[in-house]
This record gives sequence, structure tokens and C-alpha cells, in this order.
Amino acid sequence: MSDVAAAVLRLALGCLVLAMGFALLIAVVALAGAVAALVGSFGLLSLRSFFQRVHAPTLVSTVGTWSIALATALQQSLVRDQVFVHALLVPAFVAVTAPITTIFLMRAATFRRRVAGEDAPPPLG
Amino acid sequence: VRRLLPAPVLSVALFAVWLSLSPTVDAAAVLLGAVVAVVAPALTAPLRPTPVHVRRPLVAARLLGRVILDSLRSNVTVSTAVLSRRALRSGFVRVPLDVRDPNALAVLAMIVTATPGTAWAELAHDRSALLLHVLSLEDGPGLVATIKQRYERPLMEIFE
Repeated sequence: MSDVAAAVLRLALGCLVLAMGFALLIAVVALAGAVAALVGSFGLLSLRSFFQRVHAPTLVSTVGTWSIALATALQQSLVRDQVFVHALLVPAFVAVTAPITTIFLMRAATFRRRVAGEDAPPPLG
Repeated sequence: VRRLLPAPVLSVALFAVWLSLSPTVDAAAVLLGAVVAVVAPALTAPLRPTPVHVRRPLVAARLLGRVILDSLRSNVTVSTAVLSRRALRSGFVRVPLDVRDPNALAVLAMIVTATPGTAWAELAHDRSALLLHVLSLEDGPGLVATIKQRYERPLMEIFE
């Protein structure tokens, strides 16, 4: 009887360790995304010119969104006991649409610089 | 099949997205997803002026892996550059292009945007060159060579 009790106890402990491991993994991934978002926002504040600042939000749109969406998908898959992947559609759509805004902003900024006669690369023609 | 599914990759992607968004995968969801996968590409065909030819799935998979690695690495580089707060030597780089397919160029724009530290500034009218802004410009010619070899060549294999 005590053998069975010990086995059950060992199994319960194993499950607990596994669950804690997963929780830790999810927390690390989510935190990595949060840190990337924080650093990206800080860069947006602290970098000096427009052309430097345009790089900072890409930290948020890459590691920031992917990590948090990945943590969501993992956590929800475990809690609901079924595959939960559609959170990953968010960063996928961000990855597709982010270049559009970047290209428009960059084009506008280079155009303004050229018109103002400031230091800007010559048009490619 | 060709007439029913003029854009097979798009149809498969729509079907997959539809199923992942539906709360349960049952016959109704599969049927609706199939309808969406057939009707939506047909309705949006005028939005895609050049037909998309995707070949070489292995090259595409390797390119995806490469981009993920490079994105992670440049996330770290840009983060340290932002946090160190020292003056950065940024500047523009002109990349001569060999790729002409607009779909390949669209994916190249995604790649450049997905790797922090490089931003797409301008494309020549004849698509013969690309202007990039680089946050921390140390080795301009090296960067051009990397982009051409790492991203442009596989994109030409996939799309052209």
C-alpha cells in the first residue's frame, strides 16, 4: 500500500515539476517580448534623427510581438488542452504590413530632406 | 484545377488561416474554409497584377530559417546600440539589384524590415537599385554583399 502511495506521490511531483517548467518557459518567453518592446520604445524616445528612430519600433514588431504571441499560444494550448495557434496570426500579419508603413515614412522623410536641401542621398532615378 | 484555383498557395494559406480561426474543426468549418479558399482569390485577382510563381520550397524554408536567425541577432545588436546611448554612425547604402520580380521585391522588403537596423528607403523606378538606411553602418560593401548573397539569390531562385 505504501508502495502505491509513494508511486502516486512521485507521479504528482513529476507533474508539478513539468507544469512549473512549462510555466517558467512561458514566463521567460513573455518577458523577453516585454523587454524587446520596452527597449524599442526607449529607442524611439532616445535616438537622435528620424532615420535612426525608424529602426527602434522594429524591435517591437519582431521579437516583441512574436514572443508575446508565442507565449500566449503555448499557455492557451496547455490550459485549454487543445492546439491554440491563432495568436500567431497577429505577428504574421504585422510582419506583412509593417514594411508598408516603414516604406511610406522613409519615402516621405527622404523627400522632405531633399526639398529642404538638407543632407540626403541622391534619388535613384 | 488551374481555372478553379488560379493562386493555389494563396488558397491553401486562406484555408489554413480559416481553420485556425474557427473554434472547432468540424465539417462546417472545413466546407466554409474551402468556399473562402476558392472564392476569395478569384475576387481579389485584380489586386495581384503579376502572377506569383513560388518554387523551391526547400530554398524558401532555408531562407525563412536564415531570416529568423538574422532577425534575432540584429534584435540583440540594435538593443545594445540603443541602450549604450553612444553616438551611432548611421547612413544610407545603395544596393544594386538583380532581382526584378515584384513579389520577390515585396518579400525582400519584409526581410529588410524584419531585421532591425536596416530600413527600406527607396527603390529605383526600373528596380535596378535599392536605397537602405542602416542604423549602425560599419561595413557598407560587406552589408551589400550579405544582402545580395543571403537574401536576393534565394529569392530569385524561388520567384524567378
